[in-house]
Amino acid sequence: MVDHPSDDAAPADGWVGPALGRRKVLGYLLAAPTLAVAVRLGVDSNVPSEAGALTALPVPSNDLPADIFDLGDAQNYGAKPTSHLIWMELREDGTVHFALPRMEAGQGIVTSTAMIIADELDIPVSKVEVTLAKARPELVMNQLTGGSNTTMSTYYPVRAAAAIARGALLEAAAAMLGGLTPNLLDTEAGAVVAPDGTKIPYGDLAAAAAVPKTTEVEAELKATSELNIVGSPMGRTDARAAVTGAKRFTLDLDIADALPCMVAKPPTIFGKVRQLNNEAEVVAMPGVTHVAVIETGVAIRARTFGQCIDAIRALDVDWDPGPVGADSDDDVLADLKRAEVPLLVPSVPILAKTVDTEFTFAFASNASLEPDCAIADVRADSAEIWGGFKAPVPAQQEIALKLGLPQGQVTINVVTGGGSFGRKLFHDGAIDAALASQAMRAPVRLMWHRADACRHGRMHPMCTSRVRATTLGKQVLTYEQRHTSARTDFGHGFGDIITAAAGKLPVTDYTLSQTVYSLTAGAHYNFGATTSLLNELVDRRFNTASMRNIYSPNVAIAREVTVDKIARTTNQDPYQLRRAFVRKDRSRAVLDRVAEAGNWGRSMPAGHGQGLGIHNEYHGFSACLIEVDATSATVNRKIRKAVTGPRVTKVVFAVDVGLIINPTGLKAQMMGGIMDALAIVFTSSVHLKDGNFLEASWDNYAYTRQWNTPPELEIHLIESNDESPGGAGEFGVAAACGAAANAYWAATGTMPTQFPINHNGPLHFDPFPYTPSVPPSPTNGLDFVS
Amino acid sequence: MSTHTFKVNGNQVSVEVEDDVRLLWVLRDVLGITGPKYGCGINVCKACTSHINGKAFNPCAVRVADIAAGDEVTTIEGLADTVEGDLHPMQQSWIDHDVAQCGYCQPGQIMAAVDLVRRVKAEGRAVTDADLDTIRNVCRCGTYPRIRSAIRDGAERM
Repeated sequence: MVDHPSDDAAPADGWVGPALGRRKVLGYLLAAPTLAVAVRLGVDSNVPSEAGALTALPVPSNDLPADIFDLGDAQNYGAKPTSHLIWMELREDGTVHFALPRMEAGQGIVTSTAMIIADELDIPVSKVEVTLAKARPELVMNQLTGGSNTTMSTYYPVRAAAAIARGALLEAAAAMLGGLTPNLLDTEAGAVVAPDGTKIPYGDLAAAAAVPKTTEVEAELKATSELNIVGSPMGRTDARAAVTGAKRFTLDLDIADALPCMVAKPPTIFGKVRQLNNEAEVVAMPGVTHVAVIETGVAIRARTFGQCIDAIRALDVDWDPGPVGADSDDDVLADLKRAEVPLLVPSVPILAKTVDTEFTFAFASNASLEPDCAIADVRADSAEIWGGFKAPVPAQQEIALKLGLPQGQVTINVVTGGGSFGRKLFHDGAIDAALASQAMRAPVRLMWHRADACRHGRMHPMCTSRVRATTLGKQVLTYEQRHTSARTDFGHGFGDIITAAAGKLPVTDYTLSQTVYSLTAGAHYNFGATTSLLNELVDRRFNTASMRNIYSPNVAIAREVTVDKIARTTNQDPYQLRRAFVRKDRSRAVLDRVAEAGNWGRSMPAGHGQGLGIHNEYHGFSACLIEVDATSATVNRKIRKAVTGPRVTKVVFAVDVGLIINPTGLKAQMMGGIMDALAIVFTSSVHLKDGNFLEASWDNYAYTRQWNTPPELEIHLIESNDESPGGAGEFGVAAACGAAANAYWAATGTMPTQFPINHNGPLHFDPFPYTPSVPPSPTNGLDFVS
Repeated sequence: MSTHTFKVNGNQVSVEVEDDVRLLWVLRDVLGITGPKYGCGINVCKACTSHINGKAFNPCAVRVADIAAGDEVTTIEGLADTVEGDLHPMQQSWIDHDVAQCGYCQPGQIMAAVDLVRRVKAEGRAVTDADLDTIRNVCRCGTYPRIRSAIRDGAERM
């Protein structure tokens, strides 16, 4: 049970303590009719962490780059030189308004940002309205939602704006009360309180606190110990809208004349229309208003989406094949094998043993449940787009380029997304919508069919990970990890951030992908000389992107399974080995918690097993214990059109993210990450076959479902004294991946090397044909009513 | 085109549309009822789950012509009106457990949950793990464990 924002959710205690240890911030009071504040986004953001001290354990490992300066630091740093202003406004009705230059897609940042503002400003969360900012090109790379970086990069700027607003309200109230000294006044639950108990609601001060001329001001942040809302469990601010159907997603928006529109996609990835043979016939179909060939296929606009689907199925198109040709999984794997860099033969004592492991990870889809979609209204000299954009500025640039319009003539409205998982870093659906609207000279509400989202949407690339470790007695002398991947497309603004931060990086001459890898893959154990490197293919044949947690889920599986292999080779308990070799105390603390709470080492029936995994990233530490039932009765249970297989029966997860903003939201992120991990390890991948992916539905692409869900799941939030928040949105995945893979090994006695484990088994479905590009809409829905 | 008449969320509606348009699109694109979501269009993801005469069904897989004049369709928007009070107990349970993340699948999840509990109660028993395992609705945010808790709790309030 959790609290939700309401008028009485604000802290009763508005007392402001002494200024000891407070952080001073700078910002502006803006010339406006009511109180308006601006601060630079990025200034006073987290300071990049210094190199962690090496722990005096068996064979200390060198820091990897990510241990010194990680992806979050790079993003924070990259934000600074070009950072621009973010505004906060107080209205006469007593509400605070803030347009967050990030995108909410379920990760809870609207709620957590409202909490941060409410706490600093002493106002109920329900009076804080956080919206999503339109594309603001002047923010350059500082409007990217990714890398679990939102709270890390906005925590202090948002607090600074709220603190300045609070200071201005105190000043205005002091003047209104006849010239009292502001520091005699207090704030509480959306009002200034005078020593005699008189309360002036903020709304009554909104005009009085406004300034005629923009002025630079200074304010002090509350000390962390004075924060009451930050750190308390809070339900999502949109919870009620979500359960009543009132929450509006892009496809639900009522934009005048924006009729449904879909695109017939090619039978092979990036294939092109050579010729459309029956335009007249299709345009005459019921409901159809327009048919247009665009760069990415044949667009259909109709009164209903159902009629778009029917029209796509009726199209007669000659297609040119795409650059993937007729390749299949094995062809890509062969490319990867050719690109793999040989592992070194480390110089170690002659009695040392070598532990080699090698893992393969299939292509996986980062599709959200909301399909790729956007609304576009393209006119002769301007365009307006609505959609879920995690990188709205690159979207604006690219769409403007495609339409031949100046960037400033393209308005990008950022709409709350129905999930992202990496998919909304790119804007493939919005490009289709813009091109279709331009070609048809009419507004369109465009979506991809699920089959298109599976086959033509962004993929996490196939990759391999190889590890060589050497051991002597119970010691580990060296650890070398080589990750080889098909290309990951980071062309959504990340490159600018990384380039801007390049001077801070302890590495040189890396490609963008290698840099991202080096910023995310830290050294977790004191395994002596440690290296972890990426080699990525350069070809651009596939439509790829990051999937939640980028490289880390795969890298962590390889690392954590190898740790278990080291434990077996050196005859050590996997928990005790991890405990002895982890590099950081905070890492050991989360590990100890899951081992204790999960009753590590308890005796398990035959066919059951326990596994452990850890992962450090985003300035935080996580550990996971998983139990798997791999008995034949469970593995072979039959559910219609389902992937069953081994069942995870229990998950115990512990995480230390530094300062916790919203424990409820943090737990939700971990839970979602764990569900992703189970998919990555056991059930979900896409199969490349003859130039396209076979999967075209949620029953084909087997993301975790209820029948895969662990009946027992515990998430432990570990408090630390860190005053700054780390990242959370992707952090649940990697440790759980490692634990799940090791639990599977313990339960079956077979070390898993292919992920997901079912990828090379018999297909569990009959693939839909590649042409037509969408399956028929069923008519037998009433037969299932029971 | 022909005229189709039925009840949606307590209101009698008449729509002019071709017989074979699936009900999901009649609801969303013609009537502007957007609670039921599109997630696959082939009765797999269950994001559009609604009720027909009080039982769960997926309007993406039903032709509007197959809806009879006397049929009563309930979408998430009409669920609360089927009970006393401001919200259906399952909706309240969803809020209390803060189930939703992105929220896209949740209207369908709640409609499926209410149907499951009604069926289980009709059999005079409590919701089991095996019952919960039968729910096919996809949640790509992975809120499944919270859905399970909310359904057990909501069942006690229904």
